[in-house]
Amino acid sequence: MESKILGYMDGRLKEGERLEMEKHLSTCAVCQLRVNEFRAVHVLLDELPMIEPSAAFDVRMQARVAAEPAKQNWWAWFASSPRVAFAASMLVVAMVWVGSQTADTTLNAGDIDKINQNMSVLENYDVISDFAPLSDLPQPVQAEDTSDTKPNQQM
Amino acid sequence: MLDVKAGDEQSFALLLHRYRTPLVNFLYRMVRNREQAEDLAQEVFLRVYRAREDYVPSAKFTTWLFRIATNLALNSVRDNRYQRMEISLDAPVTADAEDGEEKKLDVAEMHPNIEQHLVEETRRKMIRRAIEKLPEKQRAAVLLHKYQELDYGEISKILECSESALKSLLFRAYETLRVELAPLVAQRAAQ
Repeated sequence: MESKILGYMDGRLKEGERLEMEKHLSTCAVCQLRVNEFRAVHVLLDELPMIEPSAAFDVRMQARVAAEPAKQNWWAWFASSPRVAFAASMLVVAMVWVGSQTADTTLNAGDIDKINQNMSVLENYDVISDFAPLSDLPQPVQAEDTSDTKPNQQM
Repeated sequence: MLDVKAGDEQSFALLLHRYRTPLVNFLYRMVRNREQAEDLAQEVFLRVYRAREDYVPSAKFTTWLFRIATNLALNSVRDNRYQRMEISLDAPVTADAEDGEEKKLDVAEMHPNIEQHLVEETRRKMIRRAIEKLPEKQRAAVLLHKYQELDYGEISKILECSESALKSLLFRAYETLRVELAPLVAQRAAQ
């Protein structure tokens, strides 16, 4: 019952609990006395007067709030510095342009077919260019060049 | 508070006007020093102002406000505990602005009988001391329950405990007050 005394005093018990409490109080002098004493404590606490904040309270509060750094959002920041806003917009335009250029170089189906057709040639070139025995072959003979030039000289 | 969040400075002024007196009184009864109570109340409002953009109305505004105030008050009381112990409970009441204002009003307007005034002043002093003697968390619970008239759910959120723990806390606090104020309680109960 002790746990319900405050709830009963505050009028916060459910209807059933309140009736049960009242039934108990009618037969229990100890709990009845406790309820009366708690009520007396409640009334005594009302005797403490309220105080009013001092006259300087509001002035000090306003000064402290005014001294708070203002929180600026992104747009406010851009608005306060037009040069940064211009530079940022140019950057955005440049990025869009670069993006569009990249999009133009994408391969279409015809290009891909052409590459696939030439793939065997490219693969052969890769093999031949890295083929070690070929590096051992003798270098082209200089004489071939001179033979080519000789008829011209004769002419 | 949602208007304050939207940047309406006028709404913050309204909040300040509405809650400054209950907040200063709550803090004053927690820390028993008017100047310190006002400083703490300003700190509470400043924190509310700083957090306005992040405010989410998940709980009642009063719950949030008094949660900040209670945490600040409990920290302050704990920080000043040893300093406060040095202050005699019998210090002259003139050191207290509340008592000074109260005296002026009572003597001049309400209690032409000085003897009656002294009796009432002695009663108030007893009540203040009884509240002051409560452990900090019990004191906060009683002040929120009695003077702010918050419900158990709100107070338990402010004190970060369950509702059943809060009821137990309040019961022990009122039990202590009943014992401390026994002569006044008996007098009142007999009326």
